[in-house]
Amino acid sequence: MSQASEGSRSLHLSQVTKEFASFTAVKSLDLDVPHGSFFALLGPSGCGKTTTLRMVAGLETPTSGTIRVGDTDITYAKPYQRPVNTVFQSYALFPHLDIYENVAFGLRRRRSKEVDKQVTEMLELVELESQARKKPAQLSGGQQQRVALARALINRPEVLLLDEPLGALDLKLRRSMQLELKRIQTEVGLTFVHVTHDQEEAMTMADTIAVMNAGVIEQMGAPDELYENPRTTFVANFLGQSNLIAGKIIGREKGYDGQPVVTVDMQGTVASIPAARAHADTGAGWVGVRPEKVLIAPAGEQIDAPGSRLTGGVVTDASFVGVSTQYLVRMPWGQELMAFEQNTGARPILSPGTKVDVSWRPEFAFLLDASQDARAGIEDD
Amino acid sequence: MAALTAPARAAENSAKRVGGSRWTGYWLLAPGALWLGLFFVIPFYSLVSASLFDPNGSVLTGYKVSYHFANFGTALKDYHAELLRSLGYAGLATLICLVIGYVLAYAIAFKSGRWRNLLLVLVIAPFFTSFLLRTLSWKLILADHGFVVSTLQHLHVLGHDGRLLNTWIAVVAGIVYNFLPFMVLPLYASLEKIDGRLVEAAGDLYASPFKAFFKVTWPLSLPGVVAGTLLTFIPAAGDYINAQLLGSPGERMVGNVIQSLFTSSQDYATAGALSLILMVIIIAMVLAYIRKIGTEDLV
Repeated sequence: MSQASEGSRSLHLSQVTKEFASFTAVKSLDLDVPHGSFFALLGPSGCGKTTTLRMVAGLETPTSGTIRVGDTDITYAKPYQRPVNTVFQSYALFPHLDIYENVAFGLRRRRSKEVDKQVTEMLELVELESQARKKPAQLSGGQQQRVALARALINRPEVLLLDEPLGALDLKLRRSMQLELKRIQTEVGLTFVHVTHDQEEAMTMADTIAVMNAGVIEQMGAPDELYENPRTTFVANFLGQSNLIAGKIIGREKGYDGQPVVTVDMQGTVASIPAARAHADTGAGWVGVRPEKVLIAPAGEQIDAPGSRLTGGVVTDASFVGVSTQYLVRMPWGQELMAFEQNTGARPILSPGTKVDVSWRPEFAFLLDASQDARAGIEDD
Repeated sequence: MAALTAPARAAENSAKRVGGSRWTGYWLLAPGALWLGLFFVIPFYSLVSASLFDPNGSVLTGYKVSYHFANFGTALKDYHAELLRSLGYAGLATLICLVIGYVLAYAIAFKSGRWRNLLLVLVIAPFFTSFLLRTLSWKLILADHGFVVSTLQHLHVLGHDGRLLNTWIAVVAGIVYNFLPFMVLPLYASLEKIDGRLVEAAGDLYASPFKAFFKVTWPLSLPGVVAGTLLTFIPAAGDYINAQLLGSPGERMVGNVIQSLFTSSQDYATAGALSLILMVIIIAMVLAYIRKIGTEDLV
């Protein structure tokens, strides 16, 4: 493949809808995955991410819409005719074939030459050379995972689909496989589309994340962009945690540094939010701020943030987790705010019952439309 | 004692149970061992001794074990045609059962949806009627003026005076019919266990549905194929009802010979020898078959 054709090898989904008998799993989805990117589809179970993946793989047929790889329409192509391979959630390794034959399966179906050389190379890449003649059942979960990856990768697909590939591994193994997957992706330079419900996993690995909820993409962007500037309460809560404080939008003005800001009356205190981070213009809104951005100090003491502070808080809970302390602060209007503070040792940990003030740097706050559920995307487990 | 945690206590309890159970295994084996002793070992001993009877014995003069090994030669010489015919009919019937049974089991396992349980009941439904009665009904179905024969004559598949009853076709058809459930059930059990995602994975890895079947589904169903073919072939090779009711003397199988030697001519020596020969041939064939397919390697 020449460099010139790179741009035309990306994956495009346009207006893709999938209806099942009783519900709509995916609603007019538009998605562009550039060639060579590590793309994560992130969302809770039942959000339609796996259905989207299966439509790209050809295991489900869209009710409407088109799927293209480069200029080729593959919407209705058979799975075995697509330049797409999948790493299945449960690996789906062939139990009757050894590791070598599992990895060679795709090559043999396409009557590829130099099967032996390619399989050996691929087993080296996933560090399983010594296991070639074992059956899948003789391997550990992490090794099986790598076989599944090798079996798909060896075909050099235009798009590699990964369906919760690390879901069955324990936490420690998952962390190391995340780095491993990222390393392999960089090494082979293929497009990876990774479906996961684990936001940390998506943020660690992906260049671009699309957060899916109820069949639609809520927001798409780089991990830091999604985290720092969420556009919906679902994204604010599903990707990390957020304090969402009800407020009334006053209007636009110039902020202290000359940039436009939106001012909000937040429980009697005026907060300014940079216009680029305000996703609502009038009426009621949610002022959002990440817990690690919330600064906390005993009542009346100095806080390293310009502008107004919220007073009258009482610490209701302080959990020490080593690198940081997580506080819950009950505010005069009854809401409990989360504040994560680094344990720099500058000040002893505040005990429950301490009267405190809180504040944050205005550039870290964001403003969301109040018509949304403030608890959307909060996982109860 | 009170300081023991719950898991420690459970471990101690189970250790006690294991300690007290030294004889439990043998007690559990006892009923089966008794049964096999009474109804397999003793009859088998009597069969082996019958095969070594003096061939000149009769009901009047009595039978003596004379270690007359020539009985086996006589049995083979006189009845090798029936023996070969039995293996041929049983083999052919097993093959037909495999084809029909595989398609049926596949459809029930993968395509039947909510009809699955009903279809399985239908597969075993014939067992609710007696074996003899069902085979006799085939006599009516295949009768010379029955609708099957007349339809086939009409289509010129059969000649003007062609017939089915008392031909090898009728015998093999009867065996296929009677033993089909023994093929379908083990096939269904092993097909049903196959994870559909493996077939999806094969498709994802460039296997057409046809290739996916032969590379994934078929090899994973081999345990069912082995079990089904054995459960069909072994009883079919020794069957005599189908040949007796649906065939003519020209379709006599080894089962018919043994039956008539035992009951009519009371030539226990040859009958015993023939039974043992059949048993040895079947065991040898089964061992060769299992070694070829290699069931240990299957998952």
